[in-house]
Amino acid sequence: MELNAKAPGGPLAQQWDAHKFGLKLVNPANRRKYKVIVVGSGLAGASAAASLGEMGYNVLCFTYHDSPRRAHSIAAQGGINAAKNYQNDGDSIWRLFYDTIKGGDFRARESNVYRLAQVSVNIIDQCVAQGVPFAREYGGLLDNRSFGGAQVSRTFYARGQTGQQLLLGAYSALERQVQQGTVTVVPRTEMLDLVVVNGKARGIVTRHLITGKVESWAADAVLLATGGYGNVFYLSTNAKACNVTATYRAYKRGAAFANPCFTQIHPTCIPQSGEYQSKLTLMSESLRNDGRVWVPAAKGDKRAPGQIPEAERDYYLERKYPSFGNLAPRDIASRAAKQVCDEGRGVGETGLGVYLDFSESIGRLGEATIRERYGNLFEMYERITGENPYQVPMRIYPAVHYTMGGLWVDYNLMSTIPGLHVLGEANFSDHGANRLGASALMQGLADGYFVIPFTLGDYLASAKLEKVDTDHPAFKAVEQETAARTARLLAVNGSRTVDSFHRELGRIMWDHCGMARTAAGLRRALELIPALRAEFWRDVRVAGGNEEFNQSLEKAGRVADFMEFAELMCLDALQREESCGGHLREEYQTDDGEAKRNDAKFSYVSAWEYAGPDAAPVLHQEPLSFENVQLSTRSYK
Amino acid sequence: MNLTLKVWRQAGPNAPGRFETYQATDISTDMSFLEMLDVVNERLILEGNAPIAFDHDCREGICGSCAMVINGVPHGPLKGTTACQLHMRHYQDGNTIVIEPWRAKSFPIIRDLVVDRAALDRIIQAGGYISVNTGSAPEANNIPIPKDAADRAMDAAACIGCGACVAACPNASAMLFTAAKVAHLGLLPQGQPERARRALRMVKQMDLEGFGGCTNFGECQEACPKAISVEVIARMNQDFRLATLTDRGESRSQGGI
Repeated sequence: MELNAKAPGGPLAQQWDAHKFGLKLVNPANRRKYKVIVVGSGLAGASAAASLGEMGYNVLCFTYHDSPRRAHSIAAQGGINAAKNYQNDGDSIWRLFYDTIKGGDFRARESNVYRLAQVSVNIIDQCVAQGVPFAREYGGLLDNRSFGGAQVSRTFYARGQTGQQLLLGAYSALERQVQQGTVTVVPRTEMLDLVVVNGKARGIVTRHLITGKVESWAADAVLLATGGYGNVFYLSTNAKACNVTATYRAYKRGAAFANPCFTQIHPTCIPQSGEYQSKLTLMSESLRNDGRVWVPAAKGDKRAPGQIPEAERDYYLERKYPSFGNLAPRDIASRAAKQVCDEGRGVGETGLGVYLDFSESIGRLGEATIRERYGNLFEMYERITGENPYQVPMRIYPAVHYTMGGLWVDYNLMSTIPGLHVLGEANFSDHGANRLGASALMQGLADGYFVIPFTLGDYLASAKLEKVDTDHPAFKAVEQETAARTARLLAVNGSRTVDSFHRELGRIMWDHCGMARTAAGLRRALELIPALRAEFWRDVRVAGGNEEFNQSLEKAGRVADFMEFAELMCLDALQREESCGGHLREEYQTDDGEAKRNDAKFSYVSAWEYAGPDAAPVLHQEPLSFENVQLSTRSYK
Repeated sequence: MNLTLKVWRQAGPNAPGRFETYQATDISTDMSFLEMLDVVNERLILEGNAPIAFDHDCREGICGSCAMVINGVPHGPLKGTTACQLHMRHYQDGNTIVIEPWRAKSFPIIRDLVVDRAALDRIIQAGGYISVNTGSAPEANNIPIPKDAADRAMDAAACIGCGACVAACPNASAMLFTAAKVAHLGLLPQGQPERARRALRMVKQMDLEGFGGCTNFGECQEACPKAISVEVIARMNQDFRLATLTDRGESRSQGGI
């Protein structure tokens, strides 16, 4: 397997323009002759499908939801970064580029990240023109706020519902193209496999979630915008249906999977309250603008928060990271929370929680201001916990939130399978080992609106594609495999539910491949996972049959893939004998508990190649070279 | 606590439906309503029965998937709250809870509590957008928008497309859903060029989908999990009336409506 990143050389600021000029174009009149499959309708998928439709391509957009508007991008709360420098506080494209590379702990490609920072400004223009109601100042111009890992205010937001508003913008553009006949949305349809013909991605096989019908779809190119795999941990802030199936199936068909162990644990989520818990809820990072994080200074202090005097509180982020304080990046804030809880200073019934306290800012700014900034988040917190955060501090704890790893892509967003492009969280491209807040929305829309419309044309114009339709034997073969797999799941008829297996897998991953990892723990996980997988296939009970609306079967297929994928994550975490970003190996830390990178040995992207059901996957390395930034120890002190 | 559930079960669009009674035992007050249903479903599966089908996804009250009428009220008793954000601490031991799907002709039942809401997407397709191709947008700060207008647009744009307004309306009208989009875009300067056309086309599509008319009950506003005000309906009516006077057939010239 060859990993050709196609990163353009030359001065960073001119790379994208020069590269675009070198890309082949498809004549407007010829575009409708090309069929493009887009899987997923979140920010990346919807923006790509809409933009390609506008250009005149013939687009099919698949979603397992009843409507494209329900993709999980909808739940992003805090905001979207862009290097507009509207606040005149020293921001620039270069600074956003630098913050993102540094925030990712120097494990991302310079060329990609610089392009991301460049197009960030176009994204805001596009969204405003679509009618996205961003927050504004009284003068009528756009407002910004700060986010973790940055010392400038470059985050645009729409209350605590930024993801929703950006997605509705992309969704409206998509529906406009549906009306114009360039895009067909195929709802309640789940991609179960990729079809490769003569080495090129030429289509997908799907299951219709209402009828169970297995169907083939042929195209000239396939775009996966299927999100991340955080639900491998069972409990995460992801929506219930988020899964790894599309990208994992593509991996098994020959697409390299990059950096699967890079997962992001978000520091501010509502702590788990019981075993039955089905998901965790994020409290936006933006809250750390005005909330102060603390725990009691003394171990085992069980007094109510209001009864603990200032002098007996430990505002540990402000203490340890005075220059970034409560806005330290996510990986660092999460780890610090784990540390104080491990020391026995955690709060709440389980001891797995820290306070996020707004009393100081309510005193300074008034309750009305805080309500205007975060009202909907405070309400959500109260609905879930039954506590009023205007009166008592929130209790928060880290939870799995985002996955930086994903299918390997080159500068054109193409995977190692020609014709298979990967966008948004589903690829690995821009965030290195840790993503900064408000950068996921930026990347999803950058890929969909401003990268793929250029790079896809180059592939289509140069690929010399022969005509392939769904009668091709390759489609029939994959259809049969898909149907056989479903039949196998239904035939087990064991004694444990899918959820019980998923919960157990999540526990293994959280314990051994979560916030802190060790070689011994990862090896233990690599024993436990195959054993659990064998038990799954021996004892799972899936209700109902195939030819019906069957949510139990949908879940079973997704969990079966998580069971295999979890192993790949642990293998990746085991081979990376360093700590970087969200990947903390306990063996590799500085004296004061910070991540210790090993640039000499691990300054590469790990890209895994599937080698068959009984063989270990093969590790390939894409070396990362840094010509424009100096590798340094990340310090937020 | 222990509860009795009466749940609408229906195997498919054309199958006869009926209420089935289930006991939900050992329910924690910290559970969400959907987690309570998860527990019931796990037991049903282990007993060899079909679990209750219901749409859900984000479980944070924003995706708009969950859709169930709880004791006669869409999304249940808590104002401004989706079913997934309703917690069991609002119930007491021994309560009986009746759970039904959205009931409206334009939302055919797929299975149990799951309905087909594609009609709402088609209303958006008819005009719920600003026509701006990728790349053609002007600099974002070129057009100042008064904060009040942006805030009101945001109030309307908060719609999650769940369909509770339709389920709550005695006429099964989709006026609140449609008007929320018309008001959101109509309040912004970017939405002005298509304002008249948008109102005409979206209302037309709403009628074609078989939703009822608005007779000012106001139940939609009460049921809306995002507390969208019926004020948006007044705005849409205003746009619609004005557009009816000024339209010379242009709104029908594209897109086949």
